Amino acid sequence: MLLDIKNLHVSINGKEILKAFNLTVNKGEVHAIMGPNGTGKSTLAAAITGREGYEITQGEIWFNGELINDMSPDERANKGIFLSFQYPVEIPGVSMTNFMRTALNAKREFNNQPPVSASDFLKKMEEMKNLVEIHSKLTNRSVNEGFSGGEKKKNEIFQMAMLEPTMAILDETDSGLDIDALKVVAKGVNALRADDNGFVVITHYQRLLDFIVPDFVHVMYDGSIVKSGGKELALELEANGYEWIKEAVAEK
Amino acid sequence: MKETNSSVLESAILKKFSNLTLDHADDSDYMTQIRRQAFEAFKSGGLPRRTEEKWKNSKFDQVLENQMEFLTEKPEYNTEVSEIFHCSIHGFTTQVEAFLNGWYYTPNKNPLKVHDNGLIIGSIRAAQHQYPELFNLHFGKIAQHNQHGFSVVNMGLFQDGLFIYVPDGVFVEESIQLIKMVNAAKKLMINTRNLVILGKNSRLSLMHCDDSVNHQSSLINTVSEIFVGENATLDLYKLQNINDVTCLINSTSVWQSRNSRVKVNVITLNGGTIRNELNVDLQGEGAEADLNGIYLMDKKQQVDNQVFVNHAVPHCNSSELFKGILDEESTAIFNGYIHVNKDAQKTNAFQRNNNILMTPDAKVDTMPFLEIYADDVKCSHGATIGQLDNEAMFYLRQRGINEKDARLLLMYAFAAEVTDKIDITPLRVNIEDMVKKRLRGELSICEKCVLHCSTPDIPLEFEIDLSKI
Amino acid sequence: MAEGKDHNNILDEVTSGEYKYGFYTDIEMDTAPKGLTEDTIRFISAKKNEPEWMLEFRLKAFKYWLTIAEPNWAHLHHPPIDYQDIIYYAAPKKKPSLSSLDEVDPELLDTFNKLGISLEEQKVLAGVAVDAVIDSVSVKTTFTETLSKKGIIFCSFSEAVREHPELVKKHMGSVVPYRDNYFAALNSAVFSDGSFCYIPKGVRCPVELSTYFRINAANTGQFERTLIVADEGSYVSYLEGCTAPQRDENQLHAAIVEIVAEHNAEVKYSTVQNWYPGDKEGKGGIYNFVTKRGLCRGNHSKISWTQVETGSAITWKYPSCVLKGDNSIGEFYSVAVTNNYQQADTGSKMIHLGKNTKSTIISKGISAGHSNNSYRGMVRVAKKATNSRNFSQCDSLLLGDKCGAHTFPYITTGNESSIVEHEATTSKISEDQLFYCQQRGIDSEKAISLIVNGYAKEVLNKLPMEFAVEAQKLLAITLEGSVG
Repeated sequence: MLLDIKNLHVSINGKEILKAFNLTVNKGEVHAIMGPNGTGKSTLAAAITGREGYEITQGEIWFNGELINDMSPDERANKGIFLSFQYPVEIPGVSMTNFMRTALNAKREFNNQPPVSASDFLKKMEEMKNLVEIHSKLTNRSVNEGFSGGEKKKNEIFQMAMLEPTMAILDETDSGLDIDALKVVAKGVNALRADDNGFVVITHYQRLLDFIVPDFVHVMYDGSIVKSGGKELALELEANGYEWIKEAVAEK
Repeated sequence: MKETNSSVLESAILKKFSNLTLDHADDSDYMTQIRRQAFEAFKSGGLPRRTEEKWKNSKFDQVLENQMEFLTEKPEYNTEVSEIFHCSIHGFTTQVEAFLNGWYYTPNKNPLKVHDNGLIIGSIRAAQHQYPELFNLHFGKIAQHNQHGFSVVNMGLFQDGLFIYVPDGVFVEESIQLIKMVNAAKKLMINTRNLVILGKNSRLSLMHCDDSVNHQSSLINTVSEIFVGENATLDLYKLQNINDVTCLINSTSVWQSRNSRVKVNVITLNGGTIRNELNVDLQGEGAEADLNGIYLMDKKQQVDNQVFVNHAVPHCNSSELFKGILDEESTAIFNGYIHVNKDAQKTNAFQRNNNILMTPDAKVDTMPFLEIYADDVKCSHGATIGQLDNEAMFYLRQRGINEKDARLLLMYAFAAEVTDKIDITPLRVNIEDMVKKRLRGELSICEKCVLHCSTPDIPLEFEIDLSKI
Repeated sequence: MAEGKDHNNILDEVTSGEYKYGFYTDIEMDTAPKGLTEDTIRFISAKKNEPEWMLEFRLKAFKYWLTIAEPNWAHLHHPPIDYQDIIYYAAPKKKPSLSSLDEVDPELLDTFNKLGISLEEQKVLAGVAVDAVIDSVSVKTTFTETLSKKGIIFCSFSEAVREHPELVKKHMGSVVPYRDNYFAALNSAVFSDGSFCYIPKGVRCPVELSTYFRINAANTGQFERTLIVADEGSYVSYLEGCTAPQRDENQLHAAIVEIVAEHNAEVKYSTVQNWYPGDKEGKGGIYNFVTKRGLCRGNHSKISWTQVETGSAITWKYPSCVLKGDNSIGEFYSVAVTNNYQQADTGSKMIHLGKNTKSTIISKGISAGHSNNSYRGMVRVAKKATNSRNFSQCDSLLLGDKCGAHTFPYITTGNESSIVEHEATTSKISEDQLFYCQQRGIDSEKAISLIVNGYAKEVLNKLPMEFAVEAQKLLAITLEGSVG
């Protein structure tokens, strides 16, 4: 079991967003989480990655057999949790190269490995850039600064490829992408899918799931999963919208 | 202050102070004590000199050697305000409260009126006796952090002033227009002091107009204290259109309670030497202050805007935008001071001062200061001194507009960023009109001008990129 | 890849803790008695075998100093300085006159080695001529010979007084007169030594000239005086770096730097200042009151100041440019970091006198701990300085809620054809940026160091390479433990 979330309750400023949320992700699985706006999808991503301000009032998050509720964000990251941000932040003056090297070496240090050599690092950079079709020289560009929306998302997948996480959460990675960019992002993700890692794909649209085919689809509403199924559930949602889910919940 | 160094004006003030008990025999005990304290403070402090940081480059020291007189007695007035003064702002009605030479102008009125909704308006002299609790609670407290020689003199020697009390929950529908006129054969020093109190959830729109109707050089020294209660809204317009030889100090201090909203527009169209002090104390969480000013000076005029915003508590917003056009030999000083207390987290403070110099002899000093002790804040400030954008000028002229009109148009657009912030439409239209007239300097070119002031229905034929100005 | 490598070094430094330059070199000293009188000045002058005109200059400055008071307008608070409790002259007893490094006191060489700036290494690796100043007297000048072939004079100030009196007489005090301010008057009266540099007409100085200052003896004020004269069409890049040993008592430092740039000359002056800042409780540390000013005397001349200020308990410093020549250019790039109880009131003055003059001010302030960091700047465009242009940007970054960041710009324009623009922002490191870094596995301390270096990059890029590396290290060390 890679990720196991049990009865999770999360509040922001005293307001409960996630309510008795449960989810289990095993190695090799891709889970899609769908649902209307404001149901707590991004809160879930924030809670798993340990963002400040998201208070776990109840419940447990287990990762690789460890309870991670109280771990710092960097500790979780170094243990292999990666978040592809919905809105990647700009960090002026910090070059992508420097940033990536610092992150990679932080992880290596965490695993008691020596720092990566310059040539190996450069080689890997080139390889992963090609994977997500980034053509610009990242050396002299600051993190996300001046990147277009599509570039930012590609850059997230590029970083994922560099850091090789065991658990990747893609938070609306598809929003704001044209179909070509979407294909590139999906190609990157698919290339990284393996038997020993898992993915949680948070999305609004079924479109992405044509390219990243999930093993499971969950529908989230008002802070918890209200329906789970196979990839066909996504098609059903696409055809019928979320209204029937809301009605079903209301009837209960 | 050493006796030997006293200026002519300081000596006159000291002499006036020595007559305190006689001149203000009808004061309450509270008031008498305050005046005496001011006397002591003046004896040691005197009037400010330009060697002091806050008075750097100020032309106020030139009044120090002027022989000024004081109008101790309230004169008898027989004519209605409308017969001696015509406000050039029209198109909307206001409740006019007039002062002539510093005295409340009430030919047929009670000095203090109480309206049906509880609104009280009238002379501050009467208010100190009739509403001592309200009066003593706020008087002298709001402006106490802004003390200098002139404000001390004001505290001790103020002759009269306007008192307004808006009770909790009362919306004053009609704007109150405070008109301060000066018309005297002698050089007068006029000290007036206003106290405005807004109760919880109340609303008031106040216009403070300084006008002169003759050409004598006076020294007008006004202090206004304004208390804005919880969730109350204040719109304050300060309009200044006085003659080229009069000196005006208009010091306004505002205390803002929780969730209150204050908007101030300072419009300086003409004046000899003008110093506008605006102190806003954000003392309640969620308070917002929006402070704007436009100044259009020429000849040897000087305008000095001293704007102090104190963020004492978290979650307040303040914004300052002051713009000016300086022609001929005029000078402008801007000193914006934003102070963010260490507890005032989540503060948003913005400050900008833009100036256009029209001639080689005009001069601007700008000092946009930030003093910040909290870390979770967003503060920014900017200042520019420059001239009209050459590219925009060329663009207009390429469209066939002559240089003079093009300049006018750009100046107007420059000023519009501030005048656009005036919410009362007829007032905005009037002020815009006054700005236009002021910028043109004469009316004869009206027909040729592209602004079509007289026929506002004819639209301008092109867009101006405001960002370039 | 150099960037990544440097960065790793910085990270290593961050973990190493204490102020590492806090050691003490045991060299015999020749000191003046405590206190300041006319006799002290005569003693200093006599010790240095100065000509009569130099003594007269000192005495004039001293007499003026007695008549004025310490300035109090800066946003700084410190206990009063007892000027009679300071030793105004300390010199190594062995008067060195050396022609090679071998003759330098081995203990001194060791000192430099500890600092990581050994003359040997610098000489070989970087091709930098070093005029090293320990306490008050120049100990060693290298590369003089190479430089002299080009006609460049680079020597101690004392030597310049003896060997080039006409140049010193002509320029000393021409940019910073002794009447300029309290600390300038004090320095003019008691200055111990410093550097002198003259670049002749049309010569481009082939190496970066550098001086390292250190305060070494306890209770000794440090009063450096530097004079750089760039004759017509010449160019020089000058580096000044400071690291000071740890002391409990406050030490006073009042230096003067004067730069003269003639027609078409260009001078680049870079500083990394890391005097002892005091301990975590605000005890000790250097009081640093410096007057630095450049005069763009000739047309098309250019003076550029770059500074990284991380040290000193108190910094009072406004490197300035007087743009007298038409079309002359002044620049100021600064990163000032304060932590714990440090206080800095620093910025620049740009005085536009000539036509078409241009100036740029980029200031990045970073405050942490209980410190206060103020930018104070003046831009003045004189009436005759038509078509002049200034752009200033002063940003402040706050780390923690006990520190203060202040901005005090004074802008005056007296003509209509000039444009002056000032922009400033104050912000904290955004939580989003921190979380983004942390999500990528970078801990918060490293993340802050990364973000701060990014924030200051615009200025750091202006420094010569080897200085930039040192500056980055200093930023990280200075901000150590500022979050948590």
